[in-house]
Amino acid sequence: MRSLRQAPVLLEVRNLNTDFLTPGEAPAHALADINFTLREGEVLGIVGESGCGKTTLMLSLMRLLPANGRITSGKVNFMNTDLLSLSEREMGDVRWKNVAMIFQGAMNALNPVHTVGRQIAEAIIQHNYITDQKLVTDRVVELLELVGIGAERKDQYPHQYSGGMRQRAMIAMALACNPQVVIADEPTTALDVMIQAQILELLAKLRDKLGLSILFVTHDLGVVAEMCDTVLVMYGGVTAEYADVDTIFNTPQHPYTQELLRAFPDLTRPTEKLVSIPGYPPRLNALPPGCRFAPRCPHVFERCHGERPSLHPLNGRHFASCHLVESESTISPETSKFPGKSGEK
Amino acid sequence: MNQQQPIIEVKNLRKLFPVQKTTLWDKEEKFVHAVDDVSFVLHHGEVLALVGESGCGKSTLALTLMNLETPTEGQIFFEGKDVTHLSGKALQTMRRHIQMVFQDPYESLNPTMTIGDIVAEPLVVHRLAPNQQERDARVVQALEDAGLKPASNFMHRYPHELSGGQRQRVVIAGALVLEPKVLLADEPVSMLDVSIRAEILNLLASLRETRGISVLFITHDLGTVAYFADRIAVMYLGRIVELGETLAVLERPLHPYTKALLSVMPVPNPRLRRERIILQGETPNPINLPRGCRFHPRCPVAQPHCQETDPAWREIEPRHFAACHEV
Repeated sequence: MRSLRQAPVLLEVRNLNTDFLTPGEAPAHALADINFTLREGEVLGIVGESGCGKTTLMLSLMRLLPANGRITSGKVNFMNTDLLSLSEREMGDVRWKNVAMIFQGAMNALNPVHTVGRQIAEAIIQHNYITDQKLVTDRVVELLELVGIGAERKDQYPHQYSGGMRQRAMIAMALACNPQVVIADEPTTALDVMIQAQILELLAKLRDKLGLSILFVTHDLGVVAEMCDTVLVMYGGVTAEYADVDTIFNTPQHPYTQELLRAFPDLTRPTEKLVSIPGYPPRLNALPPGCRFAPRCPHVFERCHGERPSLHPLNGRHFASCHLVESESTISPETSKFPGKSGEK
Repeated sequence: MNQQQPIIEVKNLRKLFPVQKTTLWDKEEKFVHAVDDVSFVLHHGEVLALVGESGCGKSTLALTLMNLETPTEGQIFFEGKDVTHLSGKALQTMRRHIQMVFQDPYESLNPTMTIGDIVAEPLVVHRLAPNQQERDARVVQALEDAGLKPASNFMHRYPHELSGGQRQRVVIAGALVLEPKVLLADEPVSMLDVSIRAEILNLLASLRETRGISVLFITHDLGTVAYFADRIAVMYLGRIVELGETLAVLERPLHPYTKALLSVMPVPNPRLRRERIILQGETPNPINLPRGCRFHPRCPVAQPHCQETDPAWREIEPRHFAACHEV
């Protein structure tokens, strides 16, 4: 695995809180005290089920929340500037030039009435990255070739592209102004496995070639294991566990991470029984008073129902929010997904 | 599995969709080869997984089995009887025994009907339970078999009150209420969260055990298949390229397409990051099929003769079939 500990920190998120307001209802706490650090060249996986706040987190970072969303506290430091303190105009300069986004659902994110080349050019011109029209066209061609699309297809419309090519075009668009950080929100979810493999290969290549840092939002643990250096597991708007990828998959400490791994099909162990997590994720406007995972947790005890666990450091780079971890009676290894596998390569 | 008569047998099934001519002068008639010469059997109480990428024809195959599409050629046998061209009452009876579970539980339930009415509807359509009391009893039974217990909690609720997993259970209950012999499950878990998927897969597996239902499980995800299918059939461009028992296919894949597909399945263990065989490009257009073996343009081990002759379907090892010159 690549060592990233010396790489400079690009993005630092501290105690980020986001609420959604609905008239006549209590605010929904969509994000509570999210913390993470993203270094240059790092791929950080943000994993969780639908409704856990992954997309809200991404939109908060980009400050693109819908009108009823509010960031109530916290800091988003990008190279020593707090993005939350910038004016809307200054933020507009950061978007795409420093932090760009690959949106979910490539099928619908492109405008059907403009050519793909024109849409990429628009991203370049809109952010004043290049103004000379001739140079813009050169840049569009360069970007398309970077993502593996022949330059001759720049004048085609999105419907003439296949699903995988549209996703490539979306990636080209995100790279238009040469950003340092790319936020990829479920970039391969709607694609077939073979196309998914092509896109993942492309993202890994771009990371190496351009030194990109990637925030990779997904619900697919397999993709996380293949792609990411570090992983943040979210549940009901909070961080359940945050560690490097090997720790998350081989010595997870939070019961949610452990259960999620047991519920995830693994081709290399087809004879094992899949275990589902009973119950359903909490609704954000009716959160349980204690730990948000308590109603579904197999190791739940008295304290979990009354008191919310804080994110507890297990060592310098492994954090979990669980009372069991705090009390240091670490959860028995039988429940972990890879018992006795730690010695293997 | 067993030597008795299979519940479904498909022989040389072919389904072509005509393509609209683009100009007035287009002489040649063109077809999309959605299902092209497919043969297989589904045994009693068996789970057969049909795996392939989008556009490989797996859903068309399911629709043809349900007689929702008329096959262009070939035959379908249900319990030994030829049901390829049934119509009217006989068709309706046959359909009662083969039920479908659709992919999207958010869109396949009528939002204005209660759960009880949704599950009772098939009984009304098939005129199976004439009085209310009997109907209710069967609906309760189906809901509880689908894991919605106690059924009285759900009967009078509407789909929007239920979670995705519960909705998919309602869809399954709606299929079970007719006491079918075969379930055609078209991507039944792909819309659900990971933590919920396992319970739906386990439910389908238990139905096979308690009711002896055969399941044709259509999916693009080899990972979920591994857990409960008895056999796997891999489809590529309208044709089955490999078929065998689950473990045999997963551990000793024969066809290069299966090998590539297995190699790119993400494995949830960073210590097992491995060499992947990534096929470049996309599946060719099913209108103009490649000559010879239809996989040759993307095949990593293709030889010159692969461009000339279509490989025959052979039993390479006992009960493990593949169509490839190079195995």
